[in-house]
Amino acid sequence: MMIPILNISTQALFGQLLLGLINGAFYALLSLGLAVIFGMLNIVNFAHGALYMVGAFCAYFLLNLFGLGYWWALLIAPIVVGALGVVIERTMLQRLAGLDHLYGLLLTFGLALIIQGVFQNYFGSSGLPYAIPPELQGGSNLGFMYLPNYRGWVVVFSLVVCLATWFMIERTKLGAYLRAATENPSLVRAFGINVPLMITLTYGFGVGLAALAGVLAAPINQVRPLMGADFIIVVFAVVVIGGMGSIMGSVVTGFMLGVVEGMTKVFWPEASNTVVFVIMAVVLLIKPAGLFGRTA
Amino acid sequence: MLDATSQPLLELAGLQAWYGESHILHGVDLDVRAGEVVTLLGRNGAGKTTTLKSIMGMVGKRAGSVRFEGTETIHMSSDRIARLGIALCPEERGIFSSLNVEENLMLPPQVRPGGLPLDQIFDLFPNLKERLSSQGTKLSGGEQQMLAIGRILRTGATLLMLDEPTEGLAPVIIQQIGHTIRKLKAQGFTILLVEQNFRFASTVADRYYVMEHGKIIDGFANSELAANMDKLHTYLGV
Ligand SMILES: Nc1ncnc2c1ncn2[C@@H]1O[C@H](COP(=O)(O)OP(=O)(O)OP(=O)(O)O)[C@@H](O)[C@H]1O
Ligand SMILES: [Mg+2]
Repeated sequence: MMIPILNISTQALFGQLLLGLINGAFYALLSLGLAVIFGMLNIVNFAHGALYMVGAFCAYFLLNLFGLGYWWALLIAPIVVGALGVVIERTMLQRLAGLDHLYGLLLTFGLALIIQGVFQNYFGSSGLPYAIPPELQGGSNLGFMYLPNYRGWVVVFSLVVCLATWFMIERTKLGAYLRAATENPSLVRAFGINVPLMITLTYGFGVGLAALAGVLAAPINQVRPLMGADFIIVVFAVVVIGGMGSIMGSVVTGFMLGVVEGMTKVFWPEASNTVVFVIMAVVLLIKPAGLFGRTA
Repeated sequence: MLDATSQPLLELAGLQAWYGESHILHGVDLDVRAGEVVTLLGRNGAGKTTTLKSIMGMVGKRAGSVRFEGTETIHMSSDRIARLGIALCPEERGIFSSLNVEENLMLPPQVRPGGLPLDQIFDLFPNLKERLSSQGTKLSGGEQQMLAIGRILRTGATLLMLDEPTEGLAPVIIQQIGHTIRKLKAQGFTILLVEQNFRFASTVADRYYVMEHGKIIDGFANSELAANMDKLHTYLGV
């Protein structure tokens, strides 16, 4: 079947839509973590892409050193990287509390370079293969398009994780502590809540989400030391568009921009690499706080 | 022989406090006994808010001694101090805009048994009950003050510190807050109050301290208020 006016097959259209949704799923997971971290720590976490890569490498090591497959990796990699995040927060980021944003940005940027450098030193720049788990191989014919099972799983699973995170932050008691501590940490602490511990765990949680995204990406993109470095630039654009620190904003914007990017690939392929940045520029001009950001 | 009730619940000796480099409190001495309502008076900038924040452990640096139930707290973080049973209702009220009224009310954790049950808090402040799902900062100034007081009554804290609870409020709401303070006192709460409005303070306070330039310069009981009126006018410049 063809869409007559544009001469583009629906097969190609839906194919790109799915690719867009998958990219969107990664944008959403990564920008969600960045938003949570920015809200509590006031730090723009430039190490996010590197920790996403570490998550993917965790999956690779778990399989090749310990024989633990994909499903274990989905559980263990976020815990390992989350623990690494806790150490980073306690030993480094905590010392930056109260200083200008710039220090956190420089520190996490430096960390990203170091982590990526170490992995590049041992693994070069080429990709290591990571197979799709047997349960998710193959695909289904939906009539209008062919849906590879693994890709469908990535979209659904990230959506579930994003919504669960949103629910946890917006609808639970723990989330109320988080939101309150984002607004006025010293008062929340004066109510008897251990805010520094909450901040540490928030960073661990945020980078744990990045690691989860890394595991999801391993069977799609292979495992490469620089897999996060290119990707994270687009994710930062997504965060800026959605509005720094907005939870729902980062999720919606992540999926939306993935789809917009995919559609651009269909209708104007040359622009597909820049469309996110063009949108970012326009949003910054019209609504500097971002689409979902509160005007401070 | 000292009996248990003559031991102050809160005892400040030579308390000093700094915000960064600025030295604000220069040795504050005061004590509050269990069940008392004590009011801290003083001009703008005298250091009243800073005194409450220092008791709570919320200033950058403090020195001297702050004892609560005999426990020295000068080296404790504010979350640990809160868990001893001290709660602050801050001058700016501190209602969270990203939380609704119910979440604001339920935010402070229970630090001790014996806090007021929710229905008693709603008896004191019926307005809150009707606005539970509103955004916290959408409440009127008076309602926000009720919320700020109400949320610390649940926690079981025995010492409540209220920083200018009547500031900027209509007379009828000031009366309601006065009524609340008397009721809380009758229930056995101990209250350290900061007030500029000593006409209001005189309806609730047992004793007064007067602050100037980060020090306590005078103190007297409510029964001595009339005798001290002239002095007080000079201290407060009113
Ligand atoms: N965060 C801060 N950083 C630096 N200085 C401060 C800070 N907060 C208060 N001060 C200064 O400390 C002094 C005491 O202030 P404080 O707020 O304790 O006074 P106050 O007696 O509560 O006054 P008011 O009646 O106006 O509330 C003032 O000189 C004030 O400028
Ligand atoms: Mg004050």
